[in-house]
Amino acid sequence: MIRDLHEQLKSQDISAVELAQRSFQTIDEKEGEIQAFLDVRREQALREAQAVDLKIMRGETIDLLAGIPGALKDNMCVAGERTTAGSKILDNYVAPYDASVVERLRGVDAVIVGKTNMDEFAMGSSTENSAYQRTKNPVDTECVPGGSSGGSAAAVAADMAVWALGSDTGGSIRQPASFCGLVGLKPTYGRVSRSGLLAMASSLDQIGPLTKTVEDAAIVFSRIAGFDRMDATTAELPGKPFEDFLDVDLRGKKIGIPREYFSESLDKEVRAVAMEALERFKSLGVSVEEISLPHAAFSLPVYYIIMPAEVSSNLARFDGIKYGLRINDEQDRMANTGRLLETYLDSRAYGLGAEVKRRIMLGTYTLSAGYYDAYYQKAQKVRQLIRQDFERAYETVDFIFSPTAPETAFKFGAKTDDPLTMYLSDIYTVTANLAGVPAVSFPIGTIEKNGKALPTGGQLQGKWFDEEGILALAHQYERLA
Amino acid sequence: MTQEEVKHIALLARIGLSDEEVTKYGKDLSTVLAWFEQLVEADTSQVAPIGHITGRSDVARTDRVVQAAREVRDGIVADFPEQKGGYLKVRSVF
Repeated sequence: MIRDLHEQLKSQDISAVELAQRSFQTIDEKEGEIQAFLDVRREQALREAQAVDLKIMRGETIDLLAGIPGALKDNMCVAGERTTAGSKILDNYVAPYDASVVERLRGVDAVIVGKTNMDEFAMGSSTENSAYQRTKNPVDTECVPGGSSGGSAAAVAADMAVWALGSDTGGSIRQPASFCGLVGLKPTYGRVSRSGLLAMASSLDQIGPLTKTVEDAAIVFSRIAGFDRMDATTAELPGKPFEDFLDVDLRGKKIGIPREYFSESLDKEVRAVAMEALERFKSLGVSVEEISLPHAAFSLPVYYIIMPAEVSSNLARFDGIKYGLRINDEQDRMANTGRLLETYLDSRAYGLGAEVKRRIMLGTYTLSAGYYDAYYQKAQKVRQLIRQDFERAYETVDFIFSPTAPETAFKFGAKTDDPLTMYLSDIYTVTANLAGVPAVSFPIGTIEKNGKALPTGGQLQGKWFDEEGILALAHQYERLA
Repeated sequence: MTQEEVKHIALLARIGLSDEEVTKYGKDLSTVLAWFEQLVEADTSQVAPIGHITGRSDVARTDRVVQAAREVRDGIVADFPEQKGGYLKVRSVF
């Protein structure tokens, strides 16, 4: 898709301004219902598009992504523009600088049409935790788009943007991709700079693309990946145009099927679609074998210890002092507490939503004196076991396949009463974040629910830094379908 | 979790809670903490906790001042909830 649009731009069949206008026209038609965006950047995007058209008219070479309209999840900083992370505590926050991914996108003249809705500080699996609005799934507007990058997924699925960036801490790119029928890539930890991404859980967060095709995901990913001096966790590996390596010969490669992921409890229809997908893989000359990830069952509790602990530390900065919402109550309501303390308590009480507070308190508890060994330390040790499971598995197989999510898109309100029910949505996705491996979700079929064909995604996890392999396999699968 | 424990954690976390919220979060957190109990089944006697997941360690860079652009500085000051003469204004500690 991006490649076609690029050719049309080069041959001047269409201009970048026209492409941007096409996005805004779709936004005008659908946004009232879908509500994917927190901010639409009409003027800025048109200026960015004009600059691309000028280059084309002058006969300059333009990048593949130049002039192609995309969207950013609203937890990535754009200099001089509002960045809320879906939270009221940042309602008035204007980012003073660009995130590193935004700098890179500007460097290739990408056009950004807007900032997308998300679960507050990326905490959620349905985008219902946004402090601003409920984003609908364009495939079935009675259903959630998934989360936390639900706005980015909905924007692409509804053709309001050709591509979008999301962030993925436990599945927040892949699960919405699965729910909306898109491709979503979570890169290896350290592949993409987190500088200028509003931190959720620093040892797990990665930025990645949501797109309609695997090739598009590869194109966007290639342009945001690479070492960045502003993020000391980024790997010093040479980048490359991953979109040019999608047709590599995969015959003889092996896909591992973890028996723990295909247990009796897996939804029958999701299982059937995944099994069909496995048969198709075989026609690519790839073999399939059963493997074991013995510690997979511990992934969710490990994730829900480590992530809130890091959340508790990272979100301590939202205290009403340096930026964001500050509540100054002139009446000293709590006479025995200091006035500054009251500013903290009130600003966070009013500025943060229920799930965010829950996770901050959970993390504060597990990190507090006397509990560290039992929770955080224990979880980081089990995380080591999970990583070792992957090392052992990759001695015999090249990829690991599973469904992306245990279900298709669910209805609004279906999981909001009990936090544990929502947490279980992440069962197949959190391990990739814990182990740091790359993982891509791509459409493998649909399941009929209430007269709608709801998409379901398959997930390929790869070896550390082998985005090339999982993208190539997903791309060749997509070609078959 | 007892109500007192919830209040203590909320204070450590600098989150003001209503009495209703204390009850609600007490219940939620107890459920999740009980769910964590299953980790005792994992034998971790032979493993070290994870540091950096892909093994990067001791990453350093030259200690030199990089001047922020004027707009960046102005942007940071403009984000101050209250300011006076370019300085951040805060309430007194005591």
